[in-house]
Amino acid sequence: MSEPLLQVKDLEVYYGVIQALKGISFHVNKGEIVSLIGANGAGKTTTLHTVTGLLRPKHGSIVYDGKDLTKVHPHKIVSMGLAHVPEGRRIFQNLSVYDNLLLGAYTKNDKAKINDQMEQVFEQFPRLKERRRQLAGTLSGGEQQMLAMGRALLSDPEMIVMDEPSMGLSPLLVSEIFEIIKTFREAGKTVLLVEQNAKKAMTVSDRVYVLETGSILTEGNAADLVNDERIKKAYLGE
Amino acid sequence: MSIISTLINGLSMGAVYALIALGYTMVYGIAKMLNFAHGDVIMVGSYVLFVFTMKSIKNPFLAILLAILFCVILGVLVECIAYRPLRGAPSLAVLITAIGVSFLLQSVAQLIFTVTPKQVTMFQFNSIEFNGLTIKTESIITLVVGMIVMIALTVFVNKSKTGRAMLAVSEDRGAAQLMGINVNRTIVITFAIGSALAAVASVFMLFIAPVTDPTLGAMPGIKAFVAAVLGGIGSIPGAMIGGVILGIVEQFALKYEFLASYSDAIVFAILILVLLVKPSGILGKKRHEKV
Ligand SMILES: Nc1ncnc2c1ncn2[C@@H]1O[C@H](COP(=O)(O)OP(=O)(O)O)[C@@H](O)[C@H]1O
Ligand SMILES: [Mg+2]
Repeated sequence: MSEPLLQVKDLEVYYGVIQALKGISFHVNKGEIVSLIGANGAGKTTTLHTVTGLLRPKHGSIVYDGKDLTKVHPHKIVSMGLAHVPEGRRIFQNLSVYDNLLLGAYTKNDKAKINDQMEQVFEQFPRLKERRRQLAGTLSGGEQQMLAMGRALLSDPEMIVMDEPSMGLSPLLVSEIFEIIKTFREAGKTVLLVEQNAKKAMTVSDRVYVLETGSILTEGNAADLVNDERIKKAYLGE
Repeated sequence: MSIISTLINGLSMGAVYALIALGYTMVYGIAKMLNFAHGDVIMVGSYVLFVFTMKSIKNPFLAILLAILFCVILGVLVECIAYRPLRGAPSLAVLITAIGVSFLLQSVAQLIFTVTPKQVTMFQFNSIEFNGLTIKTESIITLVVGMIVMIALTVFVNKSKTGRAMLAVSEDRGAAQLMGINVNRTIVITFAIGSALAAVASVFMLFIAPVTDPTLGAMPGIKAFVAAVLGGIGSIPGAMIGGVILGIVEQFALKYEFLASYSDAIVFAILILVLLVKPSGILGKKRHEKV
């Protein structure tokens, strides 16, 4: 088997003296959708922030595409093909939808290619096209999530990490978001998904890691874990 | 009819305050700090103008270019040496450092040029007579150049890639990094632009009164800060509006004898009023950070 696209080993992250990650290891193979599930405060966001350089680990390694990300400047990571759709969307509220998407392509210089990507995103999210001149802050929650995903797509990523994309959305929209995640797989992208909605996450994932208070509790194929009694009780509400 | 000339003076004074206020507001918006040494960049600019308009050299246009260049380099150095190491430090530490930089610049100017005010004459202006109205040419130049600079800045910030990066960093530094924006580089560019605007303001300051001393930047610096707060600190159009309002109010106050000696007090009364009534300023957004 070939090297995983993302390989995280013994990751320890602190906020001051508080240890948020207690030496976690996981990997994501090329073309996979892998979910990281766990309760509020388990350390999911911390993990993703450390992977894309917003936080630095005290210990451990993050190897993406053969390169150690812990030694890369955070603003250089997106140009390596790794895009991050952050928790709470974090779109630029005071900028137009179009400017937000352009910022997604900030590391790109080929204007024709950017326009191409922009057209593709508009095709996938027609609502964004209609509203491209509007301030992003005026969009609804679902539209903002789509903008956050579209913005990530404009960097033409090989891998996307997503932090609770379904948070705060109506059930209908949640289903729509997961449909979109499936299209990422069809487009050949690799996905690391963080979700509290474990049930939904498992339906789209190949493999799942369960995170509890900074440690990985268990891992396995999504198909196996949905039938695991412990997981059912704790995370699937059955 | 003198109301019109007061208005023009007010607008041109306002343009000067606006140029300085832009430096405060952009640095605040993007680096999230109050650069209290910003006013002293004006003073440094004025001494560069002094040196290159002395009898032996006497080249005002070269002097203006060099003043801009010198101030830009100074602004970038101050950011890299004094402020960058404190990124993420408590805002009080940054504020104290900025005040320290201000003292340092004033002291160095005093060492080199002494406290004796220096005469700086760049151009000879004639007044324009119009329908029995006397208008100062320098006021018109200040107003026109000030407007051109501000329009150019607005276009740059809203339409260029670098400008968009500045807006992104000011809104969400972390998310901006995820887009691939180099935050430190963006902050340096902001300091460079703010310092260039301060250098332009120093030219206009010397149009109004052609003398400089090491404290030249202190009062206009503080007033421009009031203008930035009035317009909503962090907001670029806010700084422009705040500056113009301040300039007009001040010039009208100076016009009436019973108010003239209170003109500075009026400016600060405006600050207190704004802080009481609408702390976020005219165009400001509610923010969680404390100033
Ligand atoms: N900025 C912070 N400062 C201090 N502690 C934090 C900070 N962010 C998160 N934590 C703590 O780290 C732990 C993991 O948080 P987080 O990664 O946000 O969890 P999750 O995303 O799984 O809900 C929690 O105990 C949380 O309280
Ligand atoms: Mg989280």
